[in-house]
Amino acid sequence: MEKTATQLRNERYSKYVDAVSPQTSAVKSLLHSFVLGGITCVIAQIVNDLFALAMPATEKEMIATFTLMTMVTVAIFLTGLGVFDKLARFGGAGLFLPITGFANAISSASMEFKAEGLIFGTSTKMFSVVGPVVVNGVVWSTLAGIIHLIIFGRIM
Amino acid sequence: MEILNKLLTYLIVFAVGGAFCLVAQILIIKTKLTPARILVIFLVAGIALEAVGAFRYIKEFAKAGATIPIVGFGAALAKGAIEMARSVGFVGAFAGGLVNTAFGIGVAVVASFVVTLIFSPKSK
Repeated sequence: MEKTATQLRNERYSKYVDAVSPQTSAVKSLLHSFVLGGITCVIAQIVNDLFALAMPATEKEMIATFTLMTMVTVAIFLTGLGVFDKLARFGGAGLFLPITGFANAISSASMEFKAEGLIFGTSTKMFSVVGPVVVNGVVWSTLAGIIHLIIFGRIM
Repeated sequence: MEILNKLLTYLIVFAVGGAFCLVAQILIIKTKLTPARILVIFLVAGIALEAVGAFRYIKEFAKAGATIPIVGFGAALAKGAIEMARSVGFVGAFAGGLVNTAFGIGVAVVASFVVTLIFSPKSK
């Protein structure tokens, strides 16, 4: 079948995009994301250990929750200061796969639409990036809970 | 000895956390999936790992290296849903995931709102 003019143009365009987009070396970006991802997790572990030292009576689960909340808050403030975007450009998946990326996605969407107002801008668009994560998380975890109940437990 | 153990723990955390991100970066480069899709893939993987009971061992081994990547978020969702389903019955499955992750989501929403009030987006 003959290719339509649109298809040909699209092909030419994607070749052009490949040609002009900056060629970051793949190995380098892999190394960056490994190192930054590792560092992010080690920082979280250190925060976790410090919390455990400061509050020896608190449950382990609660300490892990405090750690998560700290990481999220720090990532959001770094986003506000504009530091996170610079780090993320360097670290690739190393910064957006950890929970810091989740936090960054919420706060950057919310800041981006500040100009449209706090209700219809910020509040509406806040979950525009992480929406898929929350929706899929709730759907599949509910399914997991129900299946678990059917196999291992009693209904009601 | 204590110090050595601690260092070994940090090394494992670094390696496992880094490895998750490495896999994600490979996916980005090789498949050109969008970041949102990769987040969802890792999230669902976390839910599946927790549902079959494997995540508990990964968490014991790698600590923050397993819980901080989005895989841990998925596992927390599944853990909450399963625990609540077992304690209050069928309807618990709908609430448990959100209940268990509400700390993170709640602080993310509030902090984002506050940060939006304080800062203006930087022009690129």
